Amino acid sequence: MNVRDLAVSAARRLRWARQWLVLATAVGLWQLWAESRKSAFFPPPSAIGSRMHQLWFSGPASHLFLTSNATGNILPSLERILLGLGIVIVVGVPLGIALGRSPAVTAFLDPLLQFGRSIPVVTAAPVFIALFKIGTQMEVATIVAGTIWPLLLNTIDGAASVDPVQIQTARAFRLSGWQRLTTVILPSAMPKIFAGLRLALSVSLILMVFSELIGSSNGIGYEMTNASNAFDLPTLWAVLVLLGILGYVLNAILYGIENVALAWHRGARQHTS
Amino acid sequence: MLEVTDLTRAYGTAGSAHLALKDVSLRVADGELVSIVGPSGCGKSTLLRCVAGLLPPTSGQVVLNGTPVTRVPGRLGVVFQDYSRSLYPWLSVRDNVALPLRRTMRGRPARRQAAAASLAAVGLTDAGHRYPWQLSGGMQQRVAIARALACDPVLLLMDEPFGSVDAQTREDLEDLILRVRAERGITILLVTHDIDESVYVGDRVIVLTPGPGQIRADLAAPLPQPRDQITTKELPEFVHLRSEVSRLVRGKPLAPSDDTPAPSDDTPARAAAPAKPGAS
Ligand SMILES: Nc1ncnc2c1ncn2[C@@H]1O[C@H](COP(=O)(O)OP(=O)(O)O)[C@@H](O)[C@H]1O
Ligand SMILES: [Mg+2]
Repeated sequence: MNVRDLAVSAARRLRWARQWLVLATAVGLWQLWAESRKSAFFPPPSAIGSRMHQLWFSGPASHLFLTSNATGNILPSLERILLGLGIVIVVGVPLGIALGRSPAVTAFLDPLLQFGRSIPVVTAAPVFIALFKIGTQMEVATIVAGTIWPLLLNTIDGAASVDPVQIQTARAFRLSGWQRLTTVILPSAMPKIFAGLRLALSVSLILMVFSELIGSSNGIGYEMTNASNAFDLPTLWAVLVLLGILGYVLNAILYGIENVALAWHRGARQHTS
Repeated sequence: MLEVTDLTRAYGTAGSAHLALKDVSLRVADGELVSIVGPSGCGKSTLLRCVAGLLPPTSGQVVLNGTPVTRVPGRLGVVFQDYSRSLYPWLSVRDNVALPLRRTMRGRPARRQAAAASLAAVGLTDAGHRYPWQLSGGMQQRVAIARALACDPVLLLMDEPFGSVDAQTREDLEDLILRVRAERGITILLVTHDIDESVYVGDRVIVLTPGPGQIRADLAAPLPQPRDQITTKELPEFVHLRSEVSRLVRGKPLAPSDDTPAPSDDTPARAAAPAKPGAS
């Protein structure tokens, strides 16, 4: 590690510290304000925090301190997001690559694609309730229906915009179709695929909550409905904060994977700019 | 032996076809290094792509060692015009060079070893673990050459390989190509728009007319081997030849006291190919 690397990592740590400082200050101000108001609608962060602890994180050590409420509601929700995204990746990436490499078919199907992605999926959820009945199937179907579009369209774009020189090079070196796909087309499309995944992830959180709000017997959205019906504001706020944390952590994980998988992309961009 | 016969290539559909190459015929002996010069857009890249089997000719044919080229032949090396786009940024230099071996060599360690040997041959022993975008333009071009040499080609096609590197690097790379040719006896077609370069590296210089490309002249460059950037370029024969190529590229008539047969469009002057320069 040389001096420059040290300076870079010091600057990064400083930025990180500053970000947390801003967050902590905001929470502190909220605490002071909420304590002075004593409003039932805006409980102080300390009350929200203790509610979160009580609801989800006061379980036995053998269950990683998770309560049965947590395993009964948070885990199913996470499972739906991951299952939905998994299906979308397995379907969307190969389909997107295939379409991206066949411009004629894509041009033909374009009206369909544009129409499909224009449907606000939340409004299609009642259709899924009718199709799948209430439960995980319907929720996963909603997540899939909403997240397939950003991933599919980005993958199509990525596969279609592979530099023709790179394809020609692969042909000149007599790579087979499969080798061209795995060593040229897929890596080249990867930055766009990840852009699609990031969109899909944020949409999946929204759709997970929404589909659980309208039809579910467990999950984070279900817990929200109950709290709302019982006028239990601390729990509602606790769920909101939990969703924020979940979104942040899932994004951070995706960002970490992307950082490793696309290290070349950042490097190449820095070197050419 | 590479034989190109009446090669014609048009782009676009029948109605609005644009002729890029017209009735190009040439023969290249094994181990010969032929330079192809011509103005930009005259069809040089098109000619190389047809020879490489990447582009089907509209009419005419390419025959390599007795076999008609209908798809990319084995043991062919290609260096594309735009090296910064033809090297894969997601692969390390070593994996870029090992890529063409995917088809022929089993096992990643073996391929990496062959890649390392190929990199050593172009003077890049220590760059294998780096990425192309971490290298200078001249080094990237060496990587592209190493990649083309990795599959031990019998025919090497180079499309303006030194177009965007500085003069010093360019001379080094020209000498690298001459050395590789002398060591391995590879047949090389080298496209360039640099007249000095075409005469300096070539055993023959082929001049194409502005599009549609036709052969305007096919000149022998009987300069002594090994060539040297300073002394070869001082030779009267070199000076004479480069003026001649320069006139041909510009479309002016040849100097009068010229003993080379005057070329014409339908019967291109064909100078005798020097015998096996690779073996000398
Ligand atoms: N893929 C293509 N489609 C249509 N026209 C092309 C294509 N490639 C080249 N051409 C045209 O063919 C002519 C010859 O091109 P090229 O072989 O690239 O010339 P050079 O390499 O000598 O500059 C040019 O007029 C060019 O515009
Ligand atoms: Mg060209």
